[in-house]
Amino acid sequence: MYPSTVRLLNILVPIKRCVDYAVKIRVNPQQTGIDLNVKHSMNPFDEIAVEEAVRIRERMKEKVSSIKVVTIGPPKSAETLRTALAMGADSAIHVELPESAPSPEPLGVAKALQAVIAREKEKGGVDLVIMGKQAIDDDAGQTGQILAGLLDWPQATFASKVDVDEANGVVNVAGEIDGGSQVLKCKLPLVVTTDLRLNEPRYASLPNIMKAKKKPIEKLSPADLRVDLTPRLETLKITEPPKRVGGGKARCVSNVDELIAKLKDAGLVTS
Amino acid sequence: MFDVLVRSVPSRTSLRYLRSFNRVPSLVRDLSSVTAEDVTHFSKILSPSCVLSTFPPSSAPVEELANFNSDWMGKYKGASTTVLKPKNTQQVSEILKWCWERRIGVVPQGGNTGLVGGSVPVNDEVILSLRNMNNIRSFDPVSGILVTDAGCILESLTEFIAPHRHIMPLDLGAKGSCMIGGNVSTNAGGLRLLRYGSLHGSVLGLEVVLPDGTVMNQLSTLRKDNTGYDLKQLFIGAEGTLGVVTGVSILTAAAPEASNNVILVLRDFKDVLPLYQIVKQHLSEILSAFEFIDKGAYDLATKHGQGRALDDSDVEGAGCFVLVETSGGKREHDEEKLNELLESLLSADKPLITTGVLSQSPAQFSSLWALREGVTEAVSKEGKAYKYDISIPLSAFKDVVDATREHLRKKGLMRDDAVKHVIGYGHVGDGNLHLNVVAQTYSKEIESALEPFVYELVESYRGSISAEHGVGVMKTHALHYTKDAVSIEWMKKIKELFDERGIMNPGKVIV
Repeated sequence: MYPSTVRLLNILVPIKRCVDYAVKIRVNPQQTGIDLNVKHSMNPFDEIAVEEAVRIRERMKEKVSSIKVVTIGPPKSAETLRTALAMGADSAIHVELPESAPSPEPLGVAKALQAVIAREKEKGGVDLVIMGKQAIDDDAGQTGQILAGLLDWPQATFASKVDVDEANGVVNVAGEIDGGSQVLKCKLPLVVTTDLRLNEPRYASLPNIMKAKKKPIEKLSPADLRVDLTPRLETLKITEPPKRVGGGKARCVSNVDELIAKLKDAGLVTS
Repeated sequence: MFDVLVRSVPSRTSLRYLRSFNRVPSLVRDLSSVTAEDVTHFSKILSPSCVLSTFPPSSAPVEELANFNSDWMGKYKGASTTVLKPKNTQQVSEILKWCWERRIGVVPQGGNTGLVGGSVPVNDEVILSLRNMNNIRSFDPVSGILVTDAGCILESLTEFIAPHRHIMPLDLGAKGSCMIGGNVSTNAGGLRLLRYGSLHGSVLGLEVVLPDGTVMNQLSTLRKDNTGYDLKQLFIGAEGTLGVVTGVSILTAAAPEASNNVILVLRDFKDVLPLYQIVKQHLSEILSAFEFIDKGAYDLATKHGQGRALDDSDVEGAGCFVLVETSGGKREHDEEKLNELLESLLSADKPLITTGVLSQSPAQFSSLWALREGVTEAVSKEGKAYKYDISIPLSAFKDVVDATREHLRKKGLMRDDAVKHVIGYGHVGDGNLHLNVVAQTYSKEIESALEPFVYELVESYRGSISAEHGVGVMKTHALHYTKDAVSIEWMKKIKELFDERGIMNPGKVIV
């Protein structure tokens, strides 16, 4: 579809601001969600995506024309964009939602990203989307795949290695699957979702953090993108899982019959 | 260091026997060894799971007592036959009453994480472990006053008060194992002293069992109480030589709403002092820690996987690193101060720092701290450490490390099979340097090269030979380098007054 001459790569990295993975989450008193008055940070898989984009540029140098990060979220999400800029992204797009707005769903996010990519066409387009395989708050793992479907682009998911073979105009992506790993040879443009083993994200060094403050963040609203992010699912109730009851006093059973009797007592076996 | 392993001591331990060690204790009285009858008596006071002894009814193999008999570094080893683990103050009182009568030596033991051999027996004293006394007695979320048994692990206390948005006034690398009773008895310092002060200030009251079994209850939850001599101050830092701390009342601090940390990379140690001044000025009340690690310490920490290393390009040409932590009530306010500081540091005409890393998430916050807190563990994985915890003027930190290394080099001891590294790290804000000499094994040759060299060096700066680690058994002979003869004489008088039979932690602190 694309000529195999060397092209300049424009990379887009969608990121998400989530409750930090180390936080002990609690259900809110209204049972409508979790207590969000806790520490937030960039989704770890998205951090890996940003890191991968920066590493691709370190390998390919000026052949990577731009690394843009985009997020869809409340005003505070801008901090997450600054972190990504400090790690090496060039500019950012913030699709801002009001503080009280409900969290968008994968389909909505994918449609918004599709609109962003369409807007970018005038500025050089997007050739490679690298994003986390899932966000650690909803663990949906759908957005990357839906986006690829909407764009009609190939997708390489659960990537554990990304190798841009510019000479041949393809990207070789090793992905983790149940039986081991598979390597997909993909043409550009492409959607890649990252897995844990892909890389270890760098610390943002101070000089880069200072530089990041001057990098541009473009603010957009869902209306600008002509996208409706209202959730299609209604959450009825959220509760904590039932507390695990201890297995009773640790006792050895002396034979199989005793074991079966105990299982029957516990209601785990009917006959 | 002496490596004493006494297999069986059937007869009375005598002064003559103890003289076979390097140190000649002068206050040690004739103490009795534990016998089967003693253990039978203890088994009447305590439930079976609370008595671990080579004597019946426990009849455990001596290997089961190994962890109690050996200190964390594996440098000091005792030969106790009996470990008692009482569950409450009354039991502690009855144990001490008996040991006082029988003149049996008692070693109170908490998490056994001390670094001066103060928590293990010198011979076959009874080990009195406080680990079963782990009840939290009360917590007032309004005043922040926490009353607890002495055997509560510091980290559990931290977790208990966290939902109430409070933190313990002290924090140290050993938090997962050390107990509050031990912290109090050693007047532990740690990483937060700069901000929250020492235990002499934050401990409001103590419940102590005196050597003869009398219970002295000074467990107060009063912030202010000027009614007579403040006896609890004697027990704070007494290292178990005046009595057993069984209960602690301590003032906890409001948890900061916002915490941040940054590691700064410096080319030269001489830049640490001006950096400290600038940091103090800019950050003012939100500064909660200012720690220093030299390049050697950083390399060891990253070598042994303690926290994630910085980029190689950032570390090039680095002479040392400084970890700065801020804690405050409002995130935006703290970040503004921190950003101003960092911008001014980077854009200065003669920058004091080459670069640095600012944590961007709680995970990175912990990772940066791990680089500093993990040095101790990295050192213990690398070899056998001689640790000198000293208070000296900030300007002398590097000179002392270099002088020690040079001294060892002149003695031909800087080699892979002797001394592998000489490193320094510590609490710059408190003037406290941890000089670590990492050796392949402990040896008399290395020890005599280091002592009294290091102590004399410290004395020349009018510093302290033990900033926070205490005296234990390691520095009983070295007090005179820091305290005058009058002071030492009066410390002996106080020890005599409380414990004339000399049963409490014999051979430690004041001998």
